[in-house]
Amino acid sequence: MSFIQACKMAVKSIKSNKVRSFLTMLGVIIGVSSVIAAVGFAQGSTKSITDMISSMGTNLIQVNIMGRNSNRNVTYSQIKEFAEENSGEITAVAPQSNTSATVKYKTNSRSTNVLGTSPDYQIIRSVYAQQGRFLIQNDLENMQKVAVLGTAVVNDIFEGTSPLGEKIKINGQLFTVVGILEEKDGGQDQGADDIVIIPATVAQRLFRSGMIRNFSIQATSPDTVESAMEKLEEFLAKTYKDSDAFRVFNQAEMLENLDSMTGTMTAVLAGIAAISLIVGGIGIMNIMLVSVTERTKEIGIRKAIGARKKNILVQFLIEAIILTGFGGVLGVAVGLSVIHFIIGGFGLVPEVYSIPWILISFGISLGVGVTFGLFPAYKAASLNPIEALRSE
Amino acid sequence: MIEICNMSKIYRIGNVAVKALDNISLSIKQHEFVSIVGPSGSGKSTLMNMIGCLDVPTSGEYRLDGMEVSGLTDDQLAYIRNHKIGFVFQGFNLIQKLNALENVELPLIYQGIPTSERYERSVEALKLVGLEDRIHHRPAELSGGQQQRVAIARALVGNPQIILADEPTGNLDSKSGKDIINLLKELHLKGSTIVLITHDNDIAMMAERIVRIQDGQINDDRVVS
Ligand SMILES: Nc1ncnc2c1ncn2[C@@H]1O[C@H](COP(=O)(O)OP(=O)(O)OP(=O)(O)O)[C@@H](O)[C@H]1O
Ligand SMILES: [Mg+2]
Repeated sequence: MSFIQACKMAVKSIKSNKVRSFLTMLGVIIGVSSVIAAVGFAQGSTKSITDMISSMGTNLIQVNIMGRNSNRNVTYSQIKEFAEENSGEITAVAPQSNTSATVKYKTNSRSTNVLGTSPDYQIIRSVYAQQGRFLIQNDLENMQKVAVLGTAVVNDIFEGTSPLGEKIKINGQLFTVVGILEEKDGGQDQGADDIVIIPATVAQRLFRSGMIRNFSIQATSPDTVESAMEKLEEFLAKTYKDSDAFRVFNQAEMLENLDSMTGTMTAVLAGIAAISLIVGGIGIMNIMLVSVTERTKEIGIRKAIGARKKNILVQFLIEAIILTGFGGVLGVAVGLSVIHFIIGGFGLVPEVYSIPWILISFGISLGVGVTFGLFPAYKAASLNPIEALRSE
Repeated sequence: MIEICNMSKIYRIGNVAVKALDNISLSIKQHEFVSIVGPSGSGKSTLMNMIGCLDVPTSGEYRLDGMEVSGLTDDQLAYIRNHKIGFVFQGFNLIQKLNALENVELPLIYQGIPTSERYERSVEALKLVGLEDRIHHRPAELSGGQQQRVAIARALVGNPQIILADEPTGNLDSKSGKDIINLLKELHLKGSTIVLITHDNDIAMMAERIVRIQDGQINDDRVVS
């Protein structure tokens, strides 16, 4: 019997039992597509966070002060001074204090993120003013009540009038608007443009926050990051006398931390996907087992009129491959569509397609389909024809 | 051609042993036309399954064309069933999801006959049993007698040397039954060896020889004058 003939026979058999064929394929489609979509989502989320950190540049060093002791304290001007002494390693220092507060212009008000920082923030984050100016050193030293606004805030409370030179109230205190930031995030209502920047020293007093706990520091080059970190640690240790009171870390370390975090997420999602693959696999298994049992009589008839065991096995093998293979292709298509139209389409996370996972899920479902299509067929084909014929 | 020697077939169900065939010896020469008769449950179908290489005896010998069947491999048996034997089952045994033509084609598919020749021969065989206008019907869309005739067409389409027919007239009225027997006779004249199981004495009388079975044993074996 030729291979083409065997294929024709398999196709005929698939067509003649549409429900069974559909259910088998459905198992494969669900298994394969859920794995692909889940893994795509996990990898997309990872990518969006990684991208964000990477965009901060490899020269970035972050300092967090954790100690509660306010007697010993590193102030912005001390760190600034330290940075100037070490200008070979450090180019910029920006304190960072984020507080949620209400901004008010005339009768319009909005809750937004108020960031207290210094002029160096521009260099470190590449955030510049598109109109007016950014903070200057003098603002910090003389405690000037000035504010630079993100476009989301401007759009919301100014309603078309030019904000430059206008007075706004932050938590009840008057500030003069001196600049508008470049748009980072398309001016979306929530996000990077929903921000008001004021001098760090003013923020400290306004929010009575005591000390500044976060500093972003930029090293002169990726090569000097290590030595800058060492010097920073030395300097901070002198003040705090306790190495647990502060943390100094660079971008590479942030990415590492992130890796372990997103690794867990990927593992959880992959676990869920694996379960659905198993459930799909059991579905395939069931239908294959039932249908071969049902078809033992057919196998008996075929053997009785002269089919060899090999003929029977080839027919069932081709049937299983066509069913699970076709189902697998559809599953891949569904999985990719979910990533493209739903996960990526609504901008949840960037679209990421994982070729290895596509192959793994496809391979597993094909393997399950073929194994459980073939194994019972093998058993039935090993019976003598009369025994097989007797089964109803 | 067919030589059976001291063959027994014992079915065990629990502790009970049923001797479906009890030490049977029988030989059938080429070109013979033999009827096998006997009461229900006497072992006729069991014997036929042995002759058709569908089942293996518990003990005894069976030579087909001088070859000891028990020594053959599965694939060799499949070859014999495919090329040498045409089997008409008592219960038709058609594949329900295939139509009449596709059912008849099956032995030719396993012989490796190309599509167009297969089609011609299958249609020819269906014509011979008078079903040329039903070739695209599935078994469920045919009457019992028509299914019987499809089964006969399938048995003879491969031009086997031996045709084994287990009650081929059981579902037919006497006129159609006669037609089938005449068809078998024709095949016999063309050179086939025919073994026919029947309940009907008149039909049995149309063969050259009648073998009578009772309780798994042959109790009469005579040539019809
Ligand atoms: N698979 C089986 N398991 C157990 N006993 C069986 C089996 N097949 C047949 N038998 C027994 O073997 C005996 C012979 O059965 P067989 O089918 O050969 O009878 P038969 O002569 O063809 O009868 P009928 O004219 O009704 O077709 C019967 O007693 C039957 O019960
Ligand atoms: Mg019988």
